Amino acid sequence: MKLRQLVLAASVVAAAASSALVSTAAFAQAKEQFFPVLPYRTGAYAPNGVPWANGYSDYLRLINARDGGINGVKISSEECDTAYATDRGVECYERLKGKAKGSVFQPLSTGITFALTEKAPGDQNPLITGGYGRSESSDGGVFKWNFPLMGTYWSGADIIMQFITKKENGNLKGKKIALVYHDSPYGKEPIPLLQERAKMQGYDLQLLPVTAPGVEQKATWLQIRQARPDYVLLWGWGVMNSAALKEAVATGYPREKMYGVWWSAAEPDVKDVGEAAKGYSGLVATGLGGKVIEDVKKFVHDKKQGTGPADEVGTTLYNRGLVSAALAVEGVRAAQDRFGKGKVMNGEQIRWGLENLNMDEKNLKKLGLDSVMKPLSTSCLDHEGSRSARMHSWDGKKWNYVSDWIEADTSIIKPLVKQFADKYAAERKLTRRTPADCQS
Amino acid sequence: MFYRENGQFKTSYKADQQIFPIAQDRWGVLILIAFAFLAVPFLADEYMMRAILIPFLILALAALGVNILVGYCGQISLGSGAFMAVGAYAAFNCWVRLEGIPLIAALLVGGFFATLVGIFFGIPSLRVKGLYLSVATLAAQFFCDWAFLRINWFTNNSASGTASVSNLTAFGFDIVTPLQKYIFCLSVLVVFGVLAKNLVRGAIGREWMAIRDMDVAAAVIGIRPMYAKLSAFAVSSFIVGVAGALWAFIHLGSWEPAAFSVDRSFQLLFMVILGGMGSIMGSFFGAAFIVVLPIAINIFLPLLGSLVGIEVSTAALTHAEQIIFGALIVWFLIVEPHGLAKLWSVGKQKMRVWPFPH
Amino acid sequence: MGFFLETLIGGLMAGMLYSLVALGFVLIYKASGVFNFAQGAMVLFAALAMARFAEWIPVYAGIKSPVAANLIAFVLAAGVMFIVAWVIEYLVLRHLVNQEGTTLLMATLGITYFLDGVGQSIFGSDIYKIDIGMPKEPLMVFQNAFEGGLMVNQEDMVAAAIAAFLVAALSLFFQKTTTGRALRAVADDHQAAQSIGIPLNRICVIVWCVAGIVALVAGMIWGSKLGVQFSLSSIALRALPVVILGGLTSVPGAIIGGLIIGVGEKLSEVFLGPYVGGGIEIWFAYVLALGFLLVRPQGLFGEKIIDRV
Repeated sequence: MKLRQLVLAASVVAAAASSALVSTAAFAQAKEQFFPVLPYRTGAYAPNGVPWANGYSDYLRLINARDGGINGVKISSEECDTAYATDRGVECYERLKGKAKGSVFQPLSTGITFALTEKAPGDQNPLITGGYGRSESSDGGVFKWNFPLMGTYWSGADIIMQFITKKENGNLKGKKIALVYHDSPYGKEPIPLLQERAKMQGYDLQLLPVTAPGVEQKATWLQIRQARPDYVLLWGWGVMNSAALKEAVATGYPREKMYGVWWSAAEPDVKDVGEAAKGYSGLVATGLGGKVIEDVKKFVHDKKQGTGPADEVGTTLYNRGLVSAALAVEGVRAAQDRFGKGKVMNGEQIRWGLENLNMDEKNLKKLGLDSVMKPLSTSCLDHEGSRSARMHSWDGKKWNYVSDWIEADTSIIKPLVKQFADKYAAERKLTRRTPADCQS
Repeated sequence: MFYRENGQFKTSYKADQQIFPIAQDRWGVLILIAFAFLAVPFLADEYMMRAILIPFLILALAALGVNILVGYCGQISLGSGAFMAVGAYAAFNCWVRLEGIPLIAALLVGGFFATLVGIFFGIPSLRVKGLYLSVATLAAQFFCDWAFLRINWFTNNSASGTASVSNLTAFGFDIVTPLQKYIFCLSVLVVFGVLAKNLVRGAIGREWMAIRDMDVAAAVIGIRPMYAKLSAFAVSSFIVGVAGALWAFIHLGSWEPAAFSVDRSFQLLFMVILGGMGSIMGSFFGAAFIVVLPIAINIFLPLLGSLVGIEVSTAALTHAEQIIFGALIVWFLIVEPHGLAKLWSVGKQKMRVWPFPH
Repeated sequence: MGFFLETLIGGLMAGMLYSLVALGFVLIYKASGVFNFAQGAMVLFAALAMARFAEWIPVYAGIKSPVAANLIAFVLAAGVMFIVAWVIEYLVLRHLVNQEGTTLLMATLGITYFLDGVGQSIFGSDIYKIDIGMPKEPLMVFQNAFEGGLMVNQEDMVAAAIAAFLVAALSLFFQKTTTGRALRAVADDHQAAQSIGIPLNRICVIVWCVAGIVALVAGMIWGSKLGVQFSLSSIALRALPVVILGGLTSVPGAIIGGLIIGVGEKLSEVFLGPYVGGGIEIWFAYVLALGFLLVRPQGLFGEKIIDRV
């Protein structure tokens, strides 16, 4: 017993001493652009986080393998698992931010985004929150360092409502719409927009929160069975999505009337339910296949450099991760065009690049991205870039597109964004950016 | 031989009753505090401060509060996360709704409301004992989780349900850079540490320990169980509430209720048990262990792996973290069930009688 | 009225599912005085083992029939749980004999983290399917009495039946077999049992093995219902009020407690929830258990805690 105690004491002292050596001053090699990755490969949300992270890492490797980097500057990247927990995300951010003089962070978690929104501006690190994050951060006049590219939650909710409105031939008066949402900032994001639209269109909105992680939803679906809403919107993440679909099957709610946001309508959510989820539809902001997917297969997976399994390439969440990486890379490229081709960019320069993105059809075709994303262009006041998506529907084996690209209605969204952005600025005692600042 | 109190004679009651009667202890603590205030700011880089030292300080404060309830008074509490949340949200509401209120006042108000909630959920402890009491504190945990998500008033009607603060100042100093945050948290911790140490060696502390050891016998000799247990809940919740407000304001800046989930409660309980129940020093040891260990594993395992030529994937790293964490906790409890504080006191005892074995 | 009955029946079924998990807690506490917080992790581990074995057997062993694959996977997973039980007893519990309750609690929490990490490392963090042929469509009964009939979840009914069968089997095991009697003796008084020659260590392993089987059955049913994934271990937190309400040492208490908590949860969420915005079922279960505890501080069927001065 005494020897054990001695060993224990010695190991504790050693651990304490070694922790003093913990330091992250190792800067990336001078000639490499550092891209940190904050995925979650473990925990309750891993099934959905892993394909996204694989797509992200694969695209970065593709740029190195196919193009030799961004105008000759090679990309280096490092992953730090956040397990979808805010404090782990913050710790990962602190650890990785020291590795370069400014880099783009994409936390893939609304909770971590909120925390980093406070820290990133001070550290001069731009945040890309493509398809998630704060919906009001599309207002670049207040949120200088946030970039919710390719659609915020308000855009997404708006697109779903447009689709449903069209289905009902333009009249939603008196209809009942239920929102089954993940009880967290992520799930609550669409509520202001849906309430705004309810006022405009006269439908009845029923809010049904599901406590995280959303494993047991019997009570929610019993309520749906009682209320018999005309449509159910699913705003879940991770296991909540497949649990919701399974409960829908168990209570007999037709899956054809269920519509999910782009984070609730991907392969991991339905592959477990299989045939029973047939008819379930959801948003998707990316396209299929195309040259870039071919390139990834050729330059990355065929050379055994792929981050994940090869059959994952081209799935919904994988494409989303890939496009997110592409946006970051294009931001750096745009920055290099202005501040010096072939040089390593710092945070402020990358931010400028992201604010002046101009990915039109021609550009996208050159990069091979034309079938996987729509043209996007950002500006000082518009950090969203583009706000369109399609509906795809599960047929039991795969997803099929059931609509054209629908663009979100900015007439409803813009006033909401301004209202909430102004509120944020007032709380923080920030002033809106001046036009002069926009030109810098 | 190093720790002898030979020759230290006390000539007044005041000297005898002081908080650190042995001169070595006194000097040791003073040097430690001086080191923390004066030397660490120069030795630690920004990452160390932001990711390790500041969380350590705040969680040590919370562990202190939990130790008072679990270690000194023997009431198992699995709801400390909820009390932290109450402290954080009460301080937030105070800060946002009362213009110009000083930061310290907001933190103390947060602690006060946490006290009220703690006393309320501590009432079942008068009837329910042992493991069954854990359900009362878990009820507090889940209720608070729900309340802060559902009741918009608590988050100042923000659309997404997150609360955030910025531009903190105290006594005219800004609290924005990591160094300022570190000094602020350190000061709060030192103040509360001294207060807690004095409480537990006073009458009320002895009452708590009597209740912990044998509550029926304590009641027989005249200690009122209600007063003792509820005061333990009150003091513990106050400290935990202030720690929660610090965690939200200083460390996170912008938070959601999930930051104070049941995992946080378990983490605090781990700190108390690993550090040593019923020991103030133990709370600090436990907090240091729990804060540093996952990060150390995360940083050193890839290095070890590269030495042997194995690349450790991020998922494997997190899993390894969990495995090592769990295994270490179990090993610890087998080897030293009384925690790190017991190791420390054994060490001191050895120093006292060195070179003799006992 | 019809909807109220549907909610009631749904609650009763959910309660039975919770009591499946609660049984594991009760078994271990009854026989070794350890409150096994790792029960949720054991449910997850067992379910992961069964799901992955059922996936790997057709691929590697060439057995195509799903029934056979499931059976073999079940047996293999049970074997894995036996190994886990033996390892826990040998490495952990044997060295922590006679320690305080809180120490043992923390040790089981450490085991939770360990099992979570090992399970995900070996079997993966994706969502895995357990397909034991449970019917997924709802069943309508009493079509004459209520319009449209009452909806009953078939999968839950089968699960409730399995739970009832398991309880009956366990009761028989405890009452009629020698090992069962030895277990009851150990639960009564460790020292007395040891003094008449009952090998404590072996009994401990047997109890943990049985609890492991119970965890496997619970994991199989919950996994079939919801898919096997990391958040399955959070079911333990839902089953905790059941254990506390029924009493930590009572098997029938786990069932009755489960029924009460299940009904309470669902009724409160469906009928009270809309007034306060919803999402109340988790804390309501705890508050309900707390309410019962205030009347009977040792749970409905638990042993009275006798304090000696």
